[in-house]
Amino acid sequence: MNKHVMNRRDFLKVTGGFLTVSFLLPSVVFAQHAAEGELPGDLADHPNLSSWIRINADGTVNLFIGKVELGQGATTAVGQVCAEELVIDFSRLHVTAGDTRLSPDEGTTAGSQSMPNCAPGVQQAAAEVREILRNLAAERLGVAADTLTIADGTISAGGNSVTYWELVSDQMLNVEATGKAPLLPVAEHKIIGKSIPRIDIPDKMIGRHRFVHEMTPDGMVFGAVARPPTYKSKLVNVDLAPIEAMPGVLKVVRNGSFLGIIASRQDQAMLAADALSKAAQWDIVADLPGHDGIFEWLQTAESEETEWKNTLQPDAPQGASTHEATYERPYHMHGSIGTSAAVAQMGADGTMTVWTHSQSVWATAAAIEQLLGLEEGKVHAIHTEGSGCYGHNMADDAAADACLLAAAMPGSPVKLQYNRAGEHQWEPYGSAMVNKISASLDAKGDILSWEHHIFSTPHGTRPGGDAGRLLSGRYVEPPFEMPVPSDGGPPNFSATRNGLANYEFPGERVVTHFVREMPLRVSSTRGLGAYANVMAIEQFIDELAVKAEADPVEYRLRYLKEERMRDVLTRCAEAFGWDNFEKGRGKGRGIAIARYKNYAAITAVAIEVQVTPRNGLVRVVRAVAANDSGHMVNPDGIANQVEGGLIQSLSWTLKEEVKFDNARVLSTDWASYPILTFSEVPPVELVLIDRPGEPYLGQGESAQGPAGAALANAIADAVGSRIRRVPFTPDRVKAAVTA
Amino acid sequence: MLNFNLNGGDVSVDAPGDATLLSVLSDDLKQAGPKFGCGLSQCGACSVLIDGAVVRSCQTRADAAVGRSVTTLAGLQENGQPSVLQQAFIDEQAAQCGFCSSGMILVAQSLLDRNPVPTEADVRSALNGNLCRCGTHNRIVRAVLRASEV
Repeated sequence: MNKHVMNRRDFLKVTGGFLTVSFLLPSVVFAQHAAEGELPGDLADHPNLSSWIRINADGTVNLFIGKVELGQGATTAVGQVCAEELVIDFSRLHVTAGDTRLSPDEGTTAGSQSMPNCAPGVQQAAAEVREILRNLAAERLGVAADTLTIADGTISAGGNSVTYWELVSDQMLNVEATGKAPLLPVAEHKIIGKSIPRIDIPDKMIGRHRFVHEMTPDGMVFGAVARPPTYKSKLVNVDLAPIEAMPGVLKVVRNGSFLGIIASRQDQAMLAADALSKAAQWDIVADLPGHDGIFEWLQTAESEETEWKNTLQPDAPQGASTHEATYERPYHMHGSIGTSAAVAQMGADGTMTVWTHSQSVWATAAAIEQLLGLEEGKVHAIHTEGSGCYGHNMADDAAADACLLAAAMPGSPVKLQYNRAGEHQWEPYGSAMVNKISASLDAKGDILSWEHHIFSTPHGTRPGGDAGRLLSGRYVEPPFEMPVPSDGGPPNFSATRNGLANYEFPGERVVTHFVREMPLRVSSTRGLGAYANVMAIEQFIDELAVKAEADPVEYRLRYLKEERMRDVLTRCAEAFGWDNFEKGRGKGRGIAIARYKNYAAITAVAIEVQVTPRNGLVRVVRAVAANDSGHMVNPDGIANQVEGGLIQSLSWTLKEEVKFDNARVLSTDWASYPILTFSEVPPVELVLIDRPGEPYLGQGESAQGPAGAALANAIADAVGSRIRRVPFTPDRVKAAVTA
Repeated sequence: MLNFNLNGGDVSVDAPGDATLLSVLSDDLKQAGPKFGCGLSQCGACSVLIDGAVVRSCQTRADAAVGRSVTTLAGLQENGQPSVLQQAFIDEQAAQCGFCSSGMILVAQSLLDRNPVPTEADVRSALNGNLCRCGTHNRIVRAVLRASEV
């Protein structure tokens, strides 16, 4: 084993700064608390107001943003802060999100960052526009600016008034934000804090909205990709003639080991791609550890060690006892219901236009330019909604593949959607992880020291402008090298996200063993390392509470010092009826809490389960979640995200594991990779805590860890012993019952 | 030529009879609604009604619709307005991404046609073959129950 050990001092040299997250003040990460005159959030990168807002003569307003709609409601919530500060009716607003030629480049829509970074930038931009218009109106009406009142875009003084749309042309907004325009007082908010219905939902319910999968441009043809049988396969030989003769096939594209089909109809393209895959001869490498071997592999593979925190006291008293445990999390899929898709068209002017549900339209466009050998700016990516997105799925790959095929048939719009196995077997999964925690305890069971070792492969392989991170980029000739991924440091972390406990212990040491090699393709999946790390921390502290014969809520409160976290935990327990819970045979309760990334949204979850000892079946009877996402812009949007994340996490924790042998992924469809169904989804009660005036914390991912851990703790409570390997399938639960 | 009734109007499509009904609805008839989710009848995103009964259009041949009536999401609208069920989904904000919604709504409509006053258990059971990944299940159940109360 060859380990490179990076200690804290090395890390400080590299980053020049952060010691641990406790040094991170909110102002470092929260745009709303920018210093006076500093531009908040993404406005700092794009200070020109016309990049964001256009007032139209017809009384409508365009808002251009670089964050996109993934099903999380971001466009509605960001629209709310815009309409509020601009003092217009919400219905006047049209939001354009993620067009590389129209919107400001706000990077990737990920990490629960739309509310902390996009919203404050938009809010300030709207306030600046409002103040410019107020001054123009003062001039026009010949009165002092501070005598004017504004309502729905009409500025009035005495009996006179003028509207925004009469005052302004786009040119007038071609100025830079000053950062000095005042925001409206929170007490005057009329739109922020209201559950404004999502702008995209009505059209989706009546069959008017078009997802990228449903685009039907004139002259459209259909693409499909014939993937190799395994990751490490090389195309040896293939006879294209029989495939070219199949019904509807217009073209077979071969480039190195990349094989694609263009056909007249979608089903024809899929059938031909399937046949092509089978007809080709491939060189196969079989060297994967398999789903049962992955946990041992993670702990023995070459890794890079980083000590992220060490407050262990050398002179600490000898503990009365120690406790240690190892937790295992398998690979999980994003598992979007719609497989990834894109439409691409090579124009006569040499521009490749691609309609894509990518989270990172700019960086993906750049990666595709490299893949196709096009000049910078020649790929125009337009975000078009896809199926629910929970991280880096195959959206970018689909965009690249559609472009590869469209380049082979200039002029024709090529639509490509993967089949189910094509998505299940090839998407970048959430990394398998191992967490080992040990603690030294005093005679009463209180924690003297805590040591956490995290073993993980990477969590971030987004395209980032590099063709080697696009799946097909690695199979074309010559292949693009996959860049070596790196781990992320503070404040957001990657494998170590939420690896540092939210609790304050007398001593804590956290070490990450980062394995760069990737047996299975991996990338950002809702929460990155936070799911496994919170699962481990929140199970381990529960184990310690049991050992100390303490109530799990009371035991946590001994170490939980932050008031807002204490509040969330206490209110979750109250809403659940924690203190009045009556235990029965096979019945158990569990609770867990985390502050996402140690500085963002706080979620606590309490769960009641009923286990059938005979067969190990777990029924989640009910769940309660309490959440503090800071100042709530759209409470119903937050509710939808908290509940949705909780249910998805129950699915991961109860049922999901990517199965693979020494060569290939065996989870190819919803039968071999089942997810939670309607009859298995429990009722969920939510307690949402509003913090007016505090930063928007973003709420996409904070429920993942606490929900899984609360479930684990409830099952342990019900059966009296602990299963430390996810998922908690009936066979594992049954084994725990008899243990 | 494949001739059938789509959402109350007669249509005639020049497509192979063995094409999937989903591809004919989506690509020839340009219906936004039925989705390709798995192509295996496992997720329900492609669900449409033929003569009022649910079919998985990804695994149904297009010629199975000949001479019959096909209903997609758009066809549930009444006088250009959302139907009671569609309005209930809007009112409950019963979606996150909305990709599965078309299939959910059509399966729920079929349930309400058979059983106008379903229990919550009836609704969950009817929708068990439709997968949702965003975790919006409870809102969807509430929307169906809300529509049944109108």
